[in-house]
Amino acid sequence: MDKKIIFRIFKDKLFKFIVICTSGLVLIPLVFIILYIIKNGISVINLEFLFTLPKPIGEAGGGIIHSLTGTFILIILASLFSIPLGIGAGIYAVEHKKSKVAKIIIFSVEILQGIPSIVIGIIGYMWLVKPIGQFSALSGGITLGIMMLPIVIKATEETLKLIPFSLKEAAIALGVPYYKAILKVILPSAKSGIITGILVGIARISGETAPLLFTAFGNNFLNFNIFKPIDALPLLIFNYATSPYKEWHKIAWGASFVIVILILVLNISTRLVVKKWRT
Amino acid sequence: MERIFFKFNKEIFSKRGDLKIAPLNNTYNWNLRQRIFNIVIFSMGIFIIIILAGILITLFYGSFPALKKFGLNFFINKEWDPVFNKFGSLPVLIGTLLTSFIALFISIFFSLSISILLGEYFKKGGFSNFIKTSVELLAAVPSVIYGFWGLFVIVPLIRTLEIKLTLPSYGVGIFTASLILAIMIIPYAASIGREMIELVPSDIKEAAYALGATRYEVIKKVILPYSKSGIIAGVFLALGRALGETMAVTMLIGNSNFIPKTIFHPCNTMASVIANEFTEATTEIYTSSLIEIGLILFFVTVIINLIGKYIIKKFTIETRRENG
Repeated sequence: MDKKIIFRIFKDKLFKFIVICTSGLVLIPLVFIILYIIKNGISVINLEFLFTLPKPIGEAGGGIIHSLTGTFILIILASLFSIPLGIGAGIYAVEHKKSKVAKIIIFSVEILQGIPSIVIGIIGYMWLVKPIGQFSALSGGITLGIMMLPIVIKATEETLKLIPFSLKEAAIALGVPYYKAILKVILPSAKSGIITGILVGIARISGETAPLLFTAFGNNFLNFNIFKPIDALPLLIFNYATSPYKEWHKIAWGASFVIVILILVLNISTRLVVKKWRT
Repeated sequence: MERIFFKFNKEIFSKRGDLKIAPLNNTYNWNLRQRIFNIVIFSMGIFIIIILAGILITLFYGSFPALKKFGLNFFINKEWDPVFNKFGSLPVLIGTLLTSFIALFISIFFSLSISILLGEYFKKGGFSNFIKTSVELLAAVPSVIYGFWGLFVIVPLIRTLEIKLTLPSYGVGIFTASLILAIMIIPYAASIGREMIELVPSDIKEAAYALGATRYEVIKKVILPYSKSGIIAGVFLALGRALGETMAVTMLIGNSNFIPKTIFHPCNTMASVIANEFTEATTEIYTSSLIEIGLILFFVTVIINLIGKYIIKKFTIETRRENG
């Protein structure tokens, strides 16, 4: 064979090799992070860790029940705020596709999606903490809800767009009123797409720390009052990780493990919903 | 006939969505319910716009005292001194630009190679799924965990490196933050890059193969030039992410409000200075200056995001149109 051709084939093989190697290199930090969290986290996790309050410095043991419940309360508040609003706005944007208002809504969603979480934290502080006069779970939940909102709207809009028009026509031909056709026919058939969007949104906000710094603020005690400060897993990780105490670092690793598992479960269930929808 | 059908259609799907044909069971007032439904979804839609407008107004309102006091000098002043109420954002701006661009520079090579791997070499199959899932997982890990991990693994590594290079051994600093930031933004750039590479029509690739090109030559001379604008847009979106990323950077950058001498020095980014100092800000002008930084961050990220999304949309539509 010509030497030139051999060289070209060699270059081709070399390039493929380099591409595979560099891609593999990216996985190294991932593997390291996951292994590190498992190694440091799993030794801390037990029932006591999950169901007790933290102990003062120097005492062994102590748990994260306050931030676990806090994270769940925040997720529930964020969902209560963003899911109805998101689905409603999504329906409007699809049903009135050609109107100017719908176009502005879609544009606003695009912008909202790109706002850094820390800026949303400032907004949460200005809107909900300053007027109330103290940090609260409610302000944290709604701030997270603002972050979740664009994801829910996008999911609703994109799924509803795919629903065949004939479905709506059929419903209306049967004499179903327009709003009932949407609520009882269109929305149920778009269910899995919207649920996927909601799960993605929850996965996104459950690890979010920055907006909570100025809103939920953190709390070392169990709290179910939404007008009082509340702790969340990411906040606990941040506070404990930047502290100088070894015991707290351990607890933070345990909390990281819990949050990674939570996000993993959410991701897997998203996939299952998508799979169910496609078949 | 067509006309009648059109009219019928128009009546049913008129803008207000009123149903003109009365249902048989007339005990309910459908019209009223319809109207309520319309009003509810309309107001929900409007509420989204109000939220966005409110965010903008709040940021402007909050930063008004700082805007009035410092004006354009806010961008040029080197001093950030809460004790004497002197606030200039230059160190923070430099810190932000340095971390983001170093992170971008490190990540671009990796994200490009992942997009080529998934978009061209392994489009389907187990290996491709494995890489795809892993990269998605990389994006799903919360930023605070990256910061935590960086604090315990990367910082000691960098510190030993700095001692070997006889640099001041802070451990934390711009370079450390950029390194973690690079890992965090790879998934975004890579997934957009893959989508753009997959959009390259197969007939032009086949044409190149028919001329005797090797796969490397096809990638270099056909695929990359064709999908160039889309890949650049992906890099743009990754830059938007990097600029706004808060927690990991806050934990790793060292938080010092001085202009850094080298990239191994501690510094601050726009997001990290807000995260660190916002709850501690005591005077009005202090809070206001932090909010002004938030306002700048808002505009920069939003503009970068919109440009990136616009390029991608244009590229996708053009490619689809050209190839049916």
